[in-house]
Amino acid sequence: MSDETTTRDAGGGLAADGDRSPFDEILERETAEGTQELRSRAETTPDELAREEGAILRLPEGLVLDPGDVDVEFGEDETMIINMGPQHPSTHGVLRIMMELEGETVLRSKPVIGYLHTGMEKTGEELFYIQGSTNVTRMDYLSPLHNELVYSLAVEELLGVEVPPRATWIRMLMCELNRISSHTMWMATNGMDLASTSMMIYGFREREMILALFEKVTGLRMNHNYIRPGGVAADLPDGWEDDVQAILDTFPGRLDEYDELLTGQPIFRQRTEGVGVIGPELALAMSATGPILRASGIPWDLRRSMPYMYYDELDFDVIVGTVGDTFDRYAVRLNEIRESLRLVAQIAERIPPGDYRVQDKKVTPPPRARIDESMEALIHHFKIFTRGFEVPPGEVYTAVESPRGELGCYLVSNGTNKPHRMHIRGPSFVNLQSLPAMLHGGLVADAIAIISSVDPVMGEVDR
Amino acid sequence: MTGAGAPLAAPLEAHPALADVPRAVVRGRVVWHPGRDRYLETVVALRDLSFVTCSDLCGVDYLHHPGRDLPRGVSPERFEVAVHLLSIERVERVGIRVQVPESDPVLPTIVPVFPGAEAMEREAFDMFGLRFEGHPDMTRILMPEDWEGHPLRKDYSPGRVPVQFKEAPGPR
Amino acid sequence: MGLEDLSHNFLTGQLEELVKWARRSSVWPATFGLACCAIEMMAAGAADFDLARFGMEVFRASPRQADLMVVAGRVSQKMAPVLRQVYDQMMEPKWVISMGVCASTGGMFNNYAIVQGVDQIVPVDVYAPGCPPSPQTLMHAILTLHEKIRTGELTRRREGEGAGIHLDEGGATVPGWVQPPARPVHVGTPR
Repeated sequence: MSDETTTRDAGGGLAADGDRSPFDEILERETAEGTQELRSRAETTPDELAREEGAILRLPEGLVLDPGDVDVEFGEDETMIINMGPQHPSTHGVLRIMMELEGETVLRSKPVIGYLHTGMEKTGEELFYIQGSTNVTRMDYLSPLHNELVYSLAVEELLGVEVPPRATWIRMLMCELNRISSHTMWMATNGMDLASTSMMIYGFREREMILALFEKVTGLRMNHNYIRPGGVAADLPDGWEDDVQAILDTFPGRLDEYDELLTGQPIFRQRTEGVGVIGPELALAMSATGPILRASGIPWDLRRSMPYMYYDELDFDVIVGTVGDTFDRYAVRLNEIRESLRLVAQIAERIPPGDYRVQDKKVTPPPRARIDESMEALIHHFKIFTRGFEVPPGEVYTAVESPRGELGCYLVSNGTNKPHRMHIRGPSFVNLQSLPAMLHGGLVADAIAIISSVDPVMGEVDR
Repeated sequence: MTGAGAPLAAPLEAHPALADVPRAVVRGRVVWHPGRDRYLETVVALRDLSFVTCSDLCGVDYLHHPGRDLPRGVSPERFEVAVHLLSIERVERVGIRVQVPESDPVLPTIVPVFPGAEAMEREAFDMFGLRFEGHPDMTRILMPEDWEGHPLRKDYSPGRVPVQFKEAPGPR
Repeated sequence: MGLEDLSHNFLTGQLEELVKWARRSSVWPATFGLACCAIEMMAAGAADFDLARFGMEVFRASPRQADLMVVAGRVSQKMAPVLRQVYDQMMEPKWVISMGVCASTGGMFNNYAIVQGVDQIVPVDVYAPGCPPSPQTLMHAILTLHEKIRTGELTRRREGEGAGIHLDEGGATVPGWVQPPARPVHVGTPR
């Protein structure tokens, strides 16, 4: 079954030292539910990988059990189906996972979502284009600027306007800072899930520096509504370079501390290495993107492969893992913070002076000071904020690299001032599908680590 | 903005299954418009041409839409399913748009080809009522299981609750 | 809870004060973070805006061990029964802070999917507006709650299923107990 290999193969074999894992036997037996064969991961052919046998629990989600019906006597070979969530300290939001357990081993599982469904796509059809970013920003609430960015890019592509360079550079700066704050937040919650409460406190301390900068620039700590179609809402305030420099000075030292706190700790390593492995073919088949895909070995990053804005002019590395386990995903994110710091340093030097939003009367409201002076500016401001601007009919799918993966926006316009259909492809929605494959054969305690490493944000899963 | 890669049109059209599928080039990206009967084989053909991952699958309801640009030979229906595939090798995206009539909102599932589309198809069913034949779990994913109606259809009201604002308390 | 059976005199008054002090000094919140407000709630519990100084940094996972439910985030139709179940599992005395505009009134999402105000499901003690409320706003809400606990809705028992129950209006009555005169709780906004 398992080869005598000293290196772990990307197919996901658990046995690194040539020993047969004790879980291999459990995986070979038939379950009580029927004839589902649970083969060891190492012997699934690529064809079967695509069909993903035996990891997804096919049960209706609305199962309600009357406590009087429960038969307390458990046979030796019976499996137990339990529910994790939706109210749970470690599921990163309102995620419910139905797991079929054999003792402590997870056989099959099924993530159940929808507990945060907000009807944002329907709301998007009721709001003007200029109001759209307030709606979209609350989807992935850990990296709100990326949602606003993808929406604005889609609208600008349909409108056919060209955003001035300074606005694009400002957008890049804010988005990379947002990537740092999102990954730092992830490290904090991941540390806490793996029982390192100090990591939670440290991570939030760092994040506060970035949030203070966001508050200075955009007015809000979260859900900024800053990146709008046409540019950004306001120019960078005076003194922003000092704040960015303070961030660039503090972070690397602290990151090294966290690196030592977590990576250097044997307990953390044992809990994450070899846990939740997903191979590259399966990751692609399940449409996983972002750190999950890169950790399994595929160097796909939209900023490098399909560059948008000015990412092709900047110098950064794409972090790629080897095995695709939880530790690799952690390492990918940690190093992505370092790469983003490099990017922020480069961007901060290169922001040119200029307009921070496109000077197109139809799209951009006039500066507030001019409203006092010019009647035309007042009317123009009034029209934009009460009637919005019309976008010519068309369809577009734009995608950016958010901290969780490929964040896409499929926008259909019908010539009016409201979108006809606004669909956001949330990376976490799609990444959650690879969860059953990762949980398969692991322990319940590993499930916490694995869910945390997938980094789901339920706002964009459920929209 | 699709990045560098092989030229778009020639190698894709050379595939026998794709030769006579209507297509359009929108903003530098090829969009195929197969009919419902050719949909699955178009998807399989593109997968064989290295489009190995499905980025997105969503439904669109074109009720009350003034009119859209479709290539010749494609008759518009009320619903449309838009699929976007990505090729890592060619660094390219491709789109597929299938028309689905209101009277018979059924489409074959692409889950055997792209298992990652399972949740996306469930969402299209939940929000629009489009059924995917052969899907392993055709149930609601976002709304409660016993919900009636399909929220993203144009004839489903957003459900606004009228809000009555009380008078402001006045200067303190 | 035997306090409502006691006749009120100086000694029981002092006992009440002691009990109220104990209760407001270690209100343990239950983890009920739903959406963006949950992140601000976590930030309030973390380094810069420390909740531990109020004795509240222990977010209990089990509702049986919690006193306070901070509904942080938008409540969807699917989540509403779960919310009610968690609320029911909490032991008296329990309080609810509705954090953010989505929990208070439905917020910017006035549509089919979001419950327009969590007070349609559970009785709310303090509403904290904001989208999301910054940690300072949340702490102001918590201090307001502490004031409420201090000024004594102690032995009053809340009845009903929600639907906008307001504590100042007297609420339910316990037979044989005279309600103390209602004093409006005002934690002044500094000018």
